[in-house]
Amino acid sequence: MSIQAARDVSTSYSQPSGRKGKFFTAKRIGTPILIVVALSALLAFLYLRGEPDSIEGFALNWEYQLARIDEHIRISIAAALLVAAIAIPLGIMASRTKSKFVRGFITGFANVGQATPAIGVIILLALIIGIGWTTAIIALVLYGMLPVLRNTMAGLAQIDPFVVESAKGMGMTPLQILFRIELPLAVPVILAGFRTTLVFSVGVATIATFINAGGMGETIVVGLKLSRPAVLLTGAVVVSCIALLMDWVAGLIEDILRPKGV
Amino acid sequence: MPNSNTTSGASIELLNVTKQYPNQDQAAVENFSMKINPGELIMLVGPSGCGKTTTMKMINRIIEPTSGSITIDGEDVLSLDQNTLRRRIGYVIQQIGLFPHMTIAENVSVVPKLLGWSKEKTAARVEELLSVVELDPKTFLNRYPKQLSGGQQQRVGVARALAADPPVMLMDEPFGATDPITREKLQAEFLRLQESIGKTIVFVTHDFDEAIKLGDRIAVLGPKSKIEQFDTPAKILANPASTYVSSFIGEGAALKRLALLLVGNTKMGAASKAHAKAGTVKVSDNLREALDRIVLAGGNTIGVQDASGAAVGSLSIEQISEALGADVSALGK
Repeated sequence: MSIQAARDVSTSYSQPSGRKGKFFTAKRIGTPILIVVALSALLAFLYLRGEPDSIEGFALNWEYQLARIDEHIRISIAAALLVAAIAIPLGIMASRTKSKFVRGFITGFANVGQATPAIGVIILLALIIGIGWTTAIIALVLYGMLPVLRNTMAGLAQIDPFVVESAKGMGMTPLQILFRIELPLAVPVILAGFRTTLVFSVGVATIATFINAGGMGETIVVGLKLSRPAVLLTGAVVVSCIALLMDWVAGLIEDILRPKGV
Repeated sequence: MPNSNTTSGASIELLNVTKQYPNQDQAAVENFSMKINPGELIMLVGPSGCGKTTTMKMINRIIEPTSGSITIDGEDVLSLDQNTLRRRIGYVIQQIGLFPHMTIAENVSVVPKLLGWSKEKTAARVEELLSVVELDPKTFLNRYPKQLSGGQQQRVGVARALAADPPVMLMDEPFGATDPITREKLQAEFLRLQESIGKTIVFVTHDFDEAIKLGDRIAVLGPKSKIEQFDTPAKILANPASTYVSSFIGEGAALKRLALLLVGNTKMGAASKAHAKAGTVKVSDNLREALDRIVLAGGNTIGVQDASGAAVGSLSIEQISEALGADVSALGK
């Protein structure tokens, strides 16, 4: 028997943990390089075309841009975190409930949230509860619910039912099974949904400017309205870089939080 | 190896247990009654869909019985808290169901943790158990399930079920998904393990040969978990209660019975070098293996050796069939 065990050892993987591959993959290095290149090109372009005119000068200065970037990042992260706080429990509820009505209602609600054009939702909400930061966040949350919700449900559904059965057979309570077995195993899928929502939020947060909630959308709108392509370009490049950066950070978090052995 | 402070088995009694699913007109299990003695290894054998797994899963209430009573050591299972009950019953399933995000050590320590054991006690127990199932603790403690072969995973499954030293084990085709060679090794290992720990085990299988090999008693089940025969392997092989049971035993009942008889317990002839040349068997081998060896050698008689390899006698085909005949008359009522 010990001979057999020894032979089994040789056929299994020799690495104690086969999970973490190379830390610096092409994607891990590629995204930051792309961001740096894009921002440098933008700065070079702005520098080479000389002093901005008085109208451009309103937007093309460090103080103004940093304030917009700050607003933009705050809005999108706040919205994505709120989505996680709401959609993960809702997803657990939807996958637990036996009532088709409850499940249908939850997924239907999230579907409508995403299917409705964000600009429509944000304007409608502004009419009902007034303009400002809070309204923008609510609109973004409604819009970004679906990926996290759907992935929470999918993440729980993909767990091997026999893993859950053996947990049950060992005398774990339903809550222990949820927190010690199911959620850890669903983490990669849930985080993938969170990542999508985060990138959505960065994109859609550009319309927050229409209800006076700031963000990079303001730079873009200023550029459009005043026919200043340089301002418009600045807004577009910077917001794209924010989206790339968020995606990159979310990817890192995914890798760190993914349970070992899965 | 396990020691004297191992909890030995408890008695189990099922009385008129029925499982009726609401949307089906036929019961899955009907009026099932069975008394299991402490330390017995009971095999539930039957074709797919006969309700054997359902019957087993009612003991730890993974499936709730519709009516009837189940007691373990006289204690009513149905009035206990489900989770308290399950922590006292080892549970091994064919799919193993190891937790993929936990190391082998974490997997094995799940129930001890649920029971609030101290870290030191748990760690010591985990190491002990891995040695019991022939896995080197140093190598395997910190591995993840996917880094193990199927046979190794099933060993961990058994260790995990034994972790809190439960008096009762439920096993649902635990070796069903492994290849024939690994399965035989796991079975032999499991028998040796059971000899030293003496748990009360309810073991479900559809493989009658496995049932003969492992079981103290076998319950051959028909549809709705009806007990067609419940007896020792030898008696079932010698006197099948019905055509259903004989059809389940299949061809070669005599050969299967030979597998239950040991060379060492058979009347042998004198040792001689000529016989030993034709081939040898050990006293710990069974008569089926001896017969196989004789037929393979093309002769009539082979030599018998003891564990150290010294010749102790010879065995002929006549002596083997005599032993089988004696076995039959001993079993006949």
